[in-house]
Amino acid sequence: MDRIPILKLGGVLIVTIQVDMHDRLALALEEDLTARIAGTGARGVLIEISALEIVDSFIGRMLDNIAAISRVLDAETVVAGMRPAVAITLVELGLELTGIRTALNVERGLAMIRDRLAEDDDLESARARHDD
Amino acid sequence: MAVDGTAALTQTVAAEEAGIRAAWLALLKAGGSLQTGRIREAELDTQARTVLEQLRDGLAAAGTDVRADAYAALRDTLSEISRSRAIQGFTPTDTANFVFSLKEPVFAAIDRTHGGDPAAATGGTWAASHLLDALGLHTMEVFLAGREEVIGRQGQEIAELSTPVVRLWDGILALPLIGTLDSARTGVVMENLLQAIVDEEAEIAIIDITGVPTVDTLVAQHLLKAIAAARLMGADCIVSGIRPQIAQTMVHLGVELNVVSKSTLADAFALALKRTGRIVTRRQSALSPTAS
Repeated sequence: MDRIPILKLGGVLIVTIQVDMHDRLALALEEDLTARIAGTGARGVLIEISALEIVDSFIGRMLDNIAAISRVLDAETVVAGMRPAVAITLVELGLELTGIRTALNVERGLAMIRDRLAEDDDLESARARHDD
Repeated sequence: MAVDGTAALTQTVAAEEAGIRAAWLALLKAGGSLQTGRIREAELDTQARTVLEQLRDGLAAAGTDVRADAYAALRDTLSEISRSRAIQGFTPTDTANFVFSLKEPVFAAIDRTHGGDPAAATGGTWAASHLLDALGLHTMEVFLAGREEVIGRQGQEIAELSTPVVRLWDGILALPLIGTLDSARTGVVMENLLQAIVDEEAEIAIIDITGVPTVDTLVAQHLLKAIAAARLMGADCIVSGIRPQIAQTMVHLGVELNVVSKSTLADAFALALKRTGRIVTRRQSALSPTAS
């Protein structure tokens, strides 16, 4: 497999990683995703990794990079469905991915992005609520 | 000389078996083997008989070489006895005395059979002492191995017992930690917690450290790792139950837990309910003075 498909659902781009990531695949995904965010003007990116069993520091950094790039392009990144073993590995590697939001599954991840977008759209009233 | 001694010993044990056994049993009883009530007289009698028979066979076949194949049966018997004594809670002294108290009757028997020949008597005594020391040490080794097995199993059981993950509500888990956190236990705790988060689809996990006696930099680091891993899976952690002294120690040590922290499990639970969009209220009737 050369490319990981990127699906667009409303204003959200969805990527599910279902194969073991190797470095070239990760770089291709980063490039494709950047192009798609810029091209579609998507406001959210959901990366679903429940099938990902093996991670290394490179994949961890790739996730961090994607989140940083998305933020620059005004999109929110959520990583969903990380396995316990993967989470432990990333923590042991010292990659705590503090710049990424996480969710337990796709449903929660989408809800998280939608909440965020609704908040952004309604920024003024949200600020007013906060001031109360 | 040594050969003479071994021959003398072999001859004596074969000839005086009954006498040695009677004297040995008397010694064991006098030494208090039966007093604790952990073992019955008939059982002790059978053990003594088996050991002596196998000692006689071993001597006849292989002399005083305890590591020889001819002694395999005796070694097994002693291993069995000492392991069962380790589990029954005998002291190491009791267990070692089982073999060492055989010396006196054997020496006496050698004296009776070879009293007229000082060279053979000395050689026999030396051979007997050598043989019984080796057997006694073997018993001790097995005894210690048995005890270590028991200790290891208990440690494992404690580790399993003390890391439960409790479901408080839909999507809210509690992890009451009890005892000192070390690397091995943190690994188990972390795995249990993360697996429970997946199984219960939990949004919030409360880590309660009321039962953790001390928090130093290492323990804090372990906690932070667990919290970071849970966050990567999409669950938030709340730490509760930090005691005042521990809070002081942590601040003095410069340990920073950059997580939401509540003083009691109840406060943490209330916060977790609030975050998941629930509130706990008292029913109106309970407040009214007419209600009994």
